[in-house]
Parts: sequence; structure tokens; C-alpha cells
Amino acid sequence: MDLFELLNFYVIPGIVLGSIYALGAVGITLIFAILRYAHLAHGDLATLGAFIALAVVTTLGVSPLAALPVAIIATAAVAVGIDKVFYDHLRERPKIVTVMASLGIALMIRAVVQVVWGVDTETYSRGIVRPENYFGLRIRDREIYTVIAMLALVGVLHMFLTQSKWGKAMRAMSDNPNLALLSGIDNRKVVILTWVIAGGLCAASGFFLGLNTELKSMMGWHMLLPMFAAAILGGVGRVEGAVLGGLIVGIAEELSVLVIPSEYKAAMAFAILLFMLLVRPTGLLKGKVL
Amino acid sequence: MEFLGLVNYALFMAIFIAIYALLVLGLNIQWGFAGLFNAGIAGFFAVGAYTSAILTTEAADGRIGGFDLHFVIGWIGAMIAAALVAWPIGKICLRFRSDYLAIASIGIAEIIRLVIKSEPALTNGARGIPGIPRPMSDIGYMESQVAYLIIVLAVLIAAYVLVERQFNAPWGRMMRAIRDNEDAAKAMGKDVEFRRLEAFIFGAALMGLGGALFAHFNRSITPEAIDPMVATFLVWIMLILGGSGNNRGAILGAAVVWIIWSVSEIATDRLPHEYAIQAKYIRLFLIGLMLQLVLRFRPEGLLPEPLRGDQRSAKDGADH
Repeated sequence: MDLFELLNFYVIPGIVLGSIYALGAVGITLIFAILRYAHLAHGDLATLGAFIALAVVTTLGVSPLAALPVAIIATAAVAVGIDKVFYDHLRERPKIVTVMASLGIALMIRAVVQVVWGVDTETYSRGIVRPENYFGLRIRDREIYTVIAMLALVGVLHMFLTQSKWGKAMRAMSDNPNLALLSGIDNRKVVILTWVIAGGLCAASGFFLGLNTELKSMMGWHMLLPMFAAAILGGVGRVEGAVLGGLIVGIAEELSVLVIPSEYKAAMAFAILLFMLLVRPTGLLKGKVL
Repeated sequence: MEFLGLVNYALFMAIFIAIYALLVLGLNIQWGFAGLFNAGIAGFFAVGAYTSAILTTEAADGRIGGFDLHFVIGWIGAMIAAALVAWPIGKICLRFRSDYLAIASIGIAEIIRLVIKSEPALTNGARGIPGIPRPMSDIGYMESQVAYLIIVLAVLIAAYVLVERQFNAPWGRMMRAIRDNEDAAKAMGKDVEFRRLEAFIFGAALMGLGGALFAHFNRSITPEAIDPMVATFLVWIMLILGGSGNNRGAILGAAVVWIIWSVSEIATDRLPHEYAIQAKYIRLFLIGLMLQLVLRFRPEGLLPEPLRGDQRSAKDGADH
């Protein structure tokens, strides 16, 4: 196999898939670090975001990319609502109770998607998109959008977390919640903000998975493990770590097809997860271990 | 005829409740005793079901197994196989907080599902393994149902007695001490990691046994029988509703949730076809909502964990 074949069929799809995982993993890592639990409904929230975008595309007839902002806002609102109704009152209980609740929420969100949109496979637009040829690299437009959108969203988030007052408050909550509360940070606002960011990124993640492949009601559930693997690989609480982890998991999944049967592609994320827990649980960029 | 149908349905339901009760008892060892969040129950269930199927069926072309062994050996094999799968996961994840175990157990269930679907040499792929012998099946249909119910109940009672004894024994007190205050237990010289692993493996073994009983009752096992989310989730809601940390609660929860689940199926089956498909998902939504409501309004479940961990003092304890 020559270099171009490797790049075109494995590395580029891996980067695209990795960008999709990265978008979800950033949300997971923020929730893990700030609210301190593993949010198991993350994948299904991404499914919901993807299908909200589909609803916008089919009812308004706009292009998928125009539907993305609507999906981001709507999913962020849903995430805040879920937190208010279902997670908020569990805050004083052991964190693992919220993890359990989130497993139930995952089932509920998926049931809503299956009732509203059915269980058939859907796409944003019909027809085959031919890849463009860039000096031998074959790349589809939507693949470029995916990677650029990931970099832009994470870049804006990074600016927000490092420059703005509320971003700093979020980081303070993540580093030391007691000290943050003592210094007058409004816990509730930080929680809402965390859910807005995580929910919005979920929608983007689901949307781009739908754009690059298809929409299925189980798509998000299958993304959950790679997203967690990415978050832990990068180091819990590290946004840039989640991006790095997402890209590594995505590329590793695509490359794994060269050595193991393609049915077991999904096992790659699990192997990475266990391996990291075994050798370096803080992740590549030294995150937290809860 | 109508009456016989009802009896038959009741038998069917009772057998399922007993099988699920075994799974819930297994989860109670993990979560109720030791506070370990296992979100991959369906995986251990599947390992048990397929192991016993491979050990006890007759030889067939195209797949390994077909050892035609006695069902008791199949069931023991199911428990051992599930325990063996649990061991490495527990070994790696149990030194972290339970969140990591939750994620890893979801992963293991997904991978077991992948193996089942894509290794026809082992599991006969999507067609599944047929012809699993059911004990006492050479007598009449109804008699055989009754006989199987008795066998399942005997297994359940044996498991209950063993688990309950452990719960009131020093082992159970130690497990709860570790669950409630890990640091204190460590300071008392308890090997927290090893004890947790022990609880995780015992629980998984019971789940494997539940899977084996299910496969032998159905006489076949296919990948469709193991919906990773639904199978796992029903067991969780059974334990939480019944009362985690309370073995009787676990069994009660299995009965209540299974009755709600299957009666709601009868109700939705009467709907016109175009709504019937959606009704299935509405049932799932309601089960998810039920968990949220229980967590909010009755987190201790129907039968709370006995105070001081002693069932004999449960009555005095409940008056507080």
C-alpha cells in the first residue's frame, strides 16, 4: 500500500472521525472535571442534536450547515433543562447516583428520538458526494467543514476558558470547588454554563457524525465509549487533551482495520481506555483521576 | 382453555421473574454491598447464556462446542466464564472511582455483543444457538414449565440464602464498611481492592448463571435476546425500585418491574399497528422516567437497606 492510499483511506477518515469524537469528548471532560461525574447520556444527547438538525433541514429546507447553529442552541437548552429537572436535586447525593440517573436519561432521550423520528436510517442530503482531489489527497467538502468546525469551536472555547471571567470561574471550579465557592463564584451559573457548552458540543458532534455518515437512533450510544476513551486518554479536565485524545482514538480506530477484522473497530476505543487506565490514568496531558 | 392459558402465562412470568431476580441479586452484591456500578449486566448475562449453550448442546457443523454435557455443568461453566470476564475489568477499574467501572463495563458489554454477532464459529452469528436442552422437558408442556419453575426457584432460593448469609456475616459488614467509608476500612487493615474485586466477580457469576437459565428456558439464544441497554437497564431499575442493599427488596423489585414491563406489553399490543411500534419506545421512556422518580422520591426503594445491616433488626430500624 502506498502512502496516498494510507492517507486517503485511513488517516483522513480517522482525522474526521477523531474530530467528531473530540467535540463530544470536550463536553465529557468538562462535566467530569467540573460536575465530577461521568455523564453516560452524552452520546444520546449527541443523537438528539443530530436529529434536531435533521428536523430543521427537512422542515425549512435549508442546508445542513445552516441547521447546525439551531441544533446547537436547542440541544444546549435541552441539556440545561435535563440538569434542572433530573440531575440538580441529586447534587448532594453521592456522584455515582447521578451517573445512574444519566444512564436512565440516555434511555429516555433515545426513546424520544425513536418515537419522533423512527428507527430508520436518515441522511441530511441524498446523493453521493465525490471527493475533491488535492494533490493526490481525496477529501470531501464536508470532511473539511468537520475539522474546521471542530478547531473553531474548541478554539473559541479555549479563549473563553482562559480569557473570560466565567471561563476562569469554570476552571476554578474544576481545580478546587471549595476554594472556588469560597471566593464567591456562583456555583449554579457555572453548572448552567457547563451544560450549555457540553450540550452545544454534543449537537455539533452528532451533527458531523450524521453529515459524514448517516443518522441512526443508536449512533450516539456507539460514540459514548470512544468519547470517554478520548477524554481519559487526553487527561480528564483538559480541553486540548480531549481534542488530542479524540484524534488519536479516531485515527487508531480507522487504522485498526489494517490489523484486526473491521467488526472489531469499536473495540479499539475500549482497548485504549483500559490501556490508559492501566499505565497512565492521568492521561497524556496530566488530567485528574477521580 | 382460557384458564389454562392464564396459568401458562403466570408460569412463564414467574420463571422470568425468578431469572431476573438472580440477575438483580448479582447486581445487589456489586452495587448494594460494594457500591460498584456495573453498567454491563447484559454482557455477563450473554457470556453465561452462550457458555452454557456451547457446553450443553449437541455437536453441530460450523461451530465449536456441542459438548452435549449435563446442564448442571453448563450452568457452572456459565458462572465461571462470567467470573473470568469480570476479573480483568475489575482488576483494572476497581482502584478508581466507580465512574470508570461504569464506562468500562459498558465497553465490555458492547464488545461481547460484537463477538457474538461476528464470530459464527463460536456463537453461530445472528442465527444463534438452537436446541439448548431444557431440563425435564420430556414430560408434557405444562408439567415441564412447572418443573423448570421449580428448578429456577430452587436455584434462586439457594442463591438468596447464600447471599443473605454473606450479607449478615462479617464479610457483608466489611463490604458495606468499605462502600460507606473506604478510608476507614483501609485504616482497619481491610484489603479494599481485593474485596471489591471479590464482590464484582461474585455478582458477575450470578449474572452469568441468570443468562444460562434464560437460555435453557428459551431453548435457544440469539443476539437479539441480549439488548445491551434494555437488559442492563431493567435489572438496574429492579434493584433501585426494590431497594438496593436489601436482598428481599431485590427480588421484590424484579417481580414488580417485570410485571409492569410485561403487562404494559400486553396493553400496547392491543394498539393499532402504526402506534404499536412507537409504543415500545414509549415503554422504554417510561422505564427511564421511573428510575428518575424513584431516585428522587424514594431513593431507598420499596424495602430499604436494613439498618445495622442485620435483617433481624429491620423491623425496629424501620420505625426511626
